[in-house]
Order: sequence, then C-alpha cells, then structure tokens
Amino acid sequence: MTRQIKDKNLRLTRRAVLGGAAAAAAASTFPAPFVLAQSAKLKVGLMLPYSGTYAALGNNIADALILAVNEKGGKLGGREVEYVRLDDESEPAKGAQNANKLVVGEKVDILVGTVHSGVAAAMVQVVREEGTTLLIPNAGVGDATGKLCAPNIFRTSFSNWQPGYPMGKVAAEMGHKNAVSITWKYAAGEESVQGFKDGFATGGGKVTHDLRVPFPDVEFQALLTEIASIKPDCVYTFFAGGGAVKFVKDYDAAGLKKSIPLYGPGFLTDGTLKAQGASAEGLLTTLHYVEDLKNPINDKFKADFQKATGRPVDVYAVQGYDTGQVLVHGLAAVKGDAKAKKEFYAAMKSFKVSSPRGEWTFSKSQNPVQDFYLRKVENGENRYQKVAVKALAEPTEACKMA
Amino acid sequence: MDPVFFLIQVLNGVQYGLLLFLIASGLTLVFGILQVINLAHGSFYMVGAYLAFWFTARSGSLWIAILGGLPLALALGFVIERLMIRFLYRRDHLTQVLLTYGLILIFNEAQRIIFGSDPHSVTVPQIFEGSIRLTDTLSYPIYRLAVSGVCLILVMAMIFVIQKTRLGMYVRAGSVNREMVQLLGVDVGQLSTLVFATGAGLAALAGMVAAPLSSVYPGIGEHILIICFVIVVIGGIGSIKGAFIAALLVGLADTFGKVVVPEFASMSVYAVMAAILLWRPQGLFGRAG
Repeated sequence: MTRQIKDKNLRLTRRAVLGGAAAAAAASTFPAPFVLAQSAKLKVGLMLPYSGTYAALGNNIADALILAVNEKGGKLGGREVEYVRLDDESEPAKGAQNANKLVVGEKVDILVGTVHSGVAAAMVQVVREEGTTLLIPNAGVGDATGKLCAPNIFRTSFSNWQPGYPMGKVAAEMGHKNAVSITWKYAAGEESVQGFKDGFATGGGKVTHDLRVPFPDVEFQALLTEIASIKPDCVYTFFAGGGAVKFVKDYDAAGLKKSIPLYGPGFLTDGTLKAQGASAEGLLTTLHYVEDLKNPINDKFKADFQKATGRPVDVYAVQGYDTGQVLVHGLAAVKGDAKAKKEFYAAMKSFKVSSPRGEWTFSKSQNPVQDFYLRKVENGENRYQKVAVKALAEPTEACKMA
Repeated sequence: MDPVFFLIQVLNGVQYGLLLFLIASGLTLVFGILQVINLAHGSFYMVGAYLAFWFTARSGSLWIAILGGLPLALALGFVIERLMIRFLYRRDHLTQVLLTYGLILIFNEAQRIIFGSDPHSVTVPQIFEGSIRLTDTLSYPIYRLAVSGVCLILVMAMIFVIQKTRLGMYVRAGSVNREMVQLLGVDVGQLSTLVFATGAGLAALAGMVAAPLSSVYPGIGEHILIICFVIVVIGGIGSIKGAFIAALLVGLADTFGKVVVPEFASMSVYAVMAAILLWRPQGLFGRAG
C-alpha cells in the first residue's frame, strides 16, 4: 500500500500530488482498524513487584514471559511488542492507581500482573471497569476467578484453594483422621485452609481446630503449645517468606515435628529452604510445580531460563513463561488484533498449554486445571514424589461464567 | 485448660515478655531521658539481627557476632546522635518523627541493597542447642530459656547502673532538669550521646540475641516498633522498672490472647494498654504531669 502511493507521486503532476495528499489525509483521519493493528506496536503492561520483598518473583515472571515470546520470534501475532514495566511495590493501597497508569495512561493492550493478592484484587476492579485484558501470573486471591471472574480476566498460576486441596487428600490417604490448621488471619490463609479441608474430607478427615495468628505476627510459641495439648494426627499450615522460615524452625525446636507431621502448600518450602535448614528436612508439601519434574519441556526451560537470565528457575518463572505462551497463542489466532476480544479470548481459553509443569488448560472461570505434585524436602531441595491430584480445577460455584 | 499446659503458657508469656523488655528498654531510655521519639529504634534492632547473620555466617559463632557487632551498633548510635539527633533536642516531636522516619527508609533500602530480600537464619550457639522435654509431644528449646536469662541479667544491670551509680544519677538528673545538671559542671552533651548510643546498642543486642529465634528477614524491625512503644507507654515513659513490668504484662496478654480469645488476639495487647492508661494515664511508673 505504501508503495502504491509512492508510484503515484513519481508522476509528479500537480493533480496527482494533491490527490495523494488528500488520500493520505483521509487515511490518517479515518484509519482502517486492520491497518493500525499491523503498524503500531502491541503494548504489554508488566505490572509486577521489581522492588521490595517480592522483587525476585516479579523479575522471574517478567523475564520468563519475555523468554516465551522471544522463543517464537519476539512478536505477538506478527506485531512488534513494547513492554511497559511498572513497579507495583506490592502495595495494595497504590494498586488501582498503578493499574490505571497502565490501562488509562499508557493504553496498554494487555495487562499482566501481579504477585501480591491485594494488589491483584485492585487490578481486577480496574479491568472489570475498563475492559482491558488481564493475565494474572501469580496472585492466588480466590475472587479473581471466583466472585469477580470476568471474560477478560485470566489466571495462569493457581487459586489459593488449589494447593491446599491435594495436601488434604494426601493426608487422608496416609490415614490421618483429624488435623489442626494454623495460618495468618487473612484471606490467602483461610482460602488455603479451605482447600485442605475439602481435600481432607474426601478421605473422611476433619479439621478440629483452626488456630490463627494476627498478620504479620511471627510469635508462634503460644499456639505451638496449643497444638501440643490438642495432639492432632497432623497439622496443616500456610505461611510464606520470613513467617514460613520461623514457623518451620519453631515447630521443629518445640519437638512437635517428631510426633505430629506438618503439611503445607509448596510455598512453605519454596525459596526458604536455605534458611530453614535441617528443620525442613522431610516436610511434605503439594504444589503445581517442582524443579526436578521429569519432562522435556521442563528440562529445556530450565536450561533456557538459566542461559537467558543466569538464574535457576522456580515456580514463579514457570508461571511467567506460561503467561507468555498463552499470549503468543491467543494473539496468533487474531493476528495481533487484541481488540478482537471474542476470538482472542476463545483462543486462549481453549489453549492446551504445554508447560514445564505439565500440560494444563483453563477452567470455565479461567483458572488453570492442572496436576498437583507431592514434594518432599530432601537434602535441602524439594523433590518430586508423585502426582497428588490429576487435573485439579478450583470450585467454580462463585463464578457466574461457570 | 490443663494445669500443665497453663503453666507452659505462663512460661511462654514470661519468656516472650522478657524478650520484649530487651527490645523496648533502649527505647524507654532514649524516649524517657532524652525526650526523643526514635522511630528508628526498630531499624537498630534490624541492624543487630543482620549483623548477627553476617558475622555468624562468616565466623560460625553467635558469640563472635555479638562481640563484633555490638561495638559497631554502639558506634552507629554514636554517629547518628552526633550528626543528627543532637540538633533536635530543643525541637518539637514532629521534627524528630520526620528525621527518624527518614532513617527507617534509609536503613530498609540499605538492607535490601546489601542483603537482598530472602529470609535468613542464624544458628543457635552449640552449648544452647537442644531442648528440654516438657510433655510427651512438647519440648522447650534451651536457647529460649538462655535468652530469658540474658534479659534478666540485663534488667538487673540496668536498674543497678541507673539507681546506684554516679553515672546513673547524672542520667536521672539530666532527664529532670537539663540546665541545672549542666550548671553543676556535667557535660550533658556527652551524657546524651552516651544514652542514645546505649539505646541503639540495646536494640541491636536484642536483634542479635533474638536472631536465632526469629530468623532474619526484611521488615523485621517494623514488627517490633509498635509493640515497643506500647510497652514504653504502659510502663511510664523513661521508667526501666515500668518497662520491665509492662513487657511481662504484654507478653502474657499476647500469649493468652492467642489461646483464650483467638478472635481478638490482635487486640489483646492494646486492650491491656487502654485499661492501664484509663487507670493511670501516666503509665505504671510514670511521673504524673
């Protein structure tokens, strides 16, 4: 098309030049959508934590996402990509403001984010109003694909309920009949414990006591004493980061580890094993990924990610990689036209993701239906034991789309 | 509640209270004697915890960490007093809050740059390893008891210095009437530096001693800051004895709050504070007015 205009101008008649100018003016005033989609860069907003406690998670997600796109030529649906990074600082109070900066200010075509559930909740609210496509690469907040689910919101990680359920099922299979749950008194903890309860109940197990610590308090001694006096068959816990380190160490120091098995979602022993040391040895957890998972895609991903970033992979990198894969697939189906939402979403939703974590698909609420693995800490590393639950979907009663 | 477990919970509460006293004692000194609101107190605690981590990672011993880290923490307190706090004694509390809040941001960022955001742990000294069996399922780590011992020794040492020595007399007098003590030929400036550096040192020492119990992670200082102010206010500003009793009360309130009224666990400590302030607005051992 550009060449055609050039040919006309070559003739250099006054009339032709005027005509060409008029045509150009007309083209710029009334652009055909298809033309614009092909010419402009596709803007992808990466709203993730690049500073603070979760900085390592945010960087792994962003780098793995870009790795997935670059493996397919670095374009999305044939369009050049512009990544707009925004540090969300894991600050829920700034969540809506930051999301608006990208959605309204930068007019991104796709919004990706984030790690922290509170920030993700704010992003969900913004895209529900603005209609922007959102892909959540980590935050497990149940509402995002539950009560607040929407056609433009996809999650490529897990919902908080999910990693708890397989642990409950495994605990019941091991013959435990009653359990105590202990977590911070906040939504993520409650959702995770609910997963454990539902899984535990499938084998007739019951959680008799729910112990709660005010967030982010890490003084556990009083409640460890409670556990010793209740003497349950097992304990299910949800803590992360510094809290996970301290809880696992305190549980061991109180002598409870020898008599009452401790279970948790994979986050209990992810990125914390070095600090937990011998206290974590032998702990069983369940998650949708474990580094030593045997499949060719995982082997290749581990090598490629290490080469591209110089860092080892973790579950967050896998989630970022899959987010990239989903985008590549979805936008290829609409040739890069992110505004063709119906076809774009249908393509993503029906995509079978060949992931380092094993193949997975989207549920009706647009959250992964995926395998969960039982892992055991051996010599300071999480080791694959078996598939705890195959193709686990979150309960979707709360989501109107399902 | 089973009487055995009741006693164990009392032990938990007292042990936690003693640890809190160790952390809060430096704050009550600085707040009570220098009348400086030091929000950076939690940062000194964090500095102590990370010093313990850094030194033990290299030397393998918490003892060396304390021997090496404590002088550094005292020096840090000395420098900050000389360069900054010194100019704020005559200014209002708002300026002090702004400065020390700024210090928190600087310390946190420095921590992130130097140590990153992963949690770390510090090994317990060998002679305190192991635990004492209390019931068939529960043991008590010896190190926790050792920390309580350190706290008790420190309480007695502090009360002795402040009540029985000439230095303590100057410090007490300086807190009541700065000008008068100055007129009597005591170098109040130097005294203030000493008190502030001691406060910083105590916070860092608490951080070092608590590091094997609490593990070391970003934001560790902020968690303890509020509870420290609660203790100082309950005990009466500037009173070591008051801070001691208040710390034990808070430790017990927190422990039993979690067990007896779990729904209100996050409020139990503040409920105790409110009740005591209604009864004695100046705190347990505070001077009226």
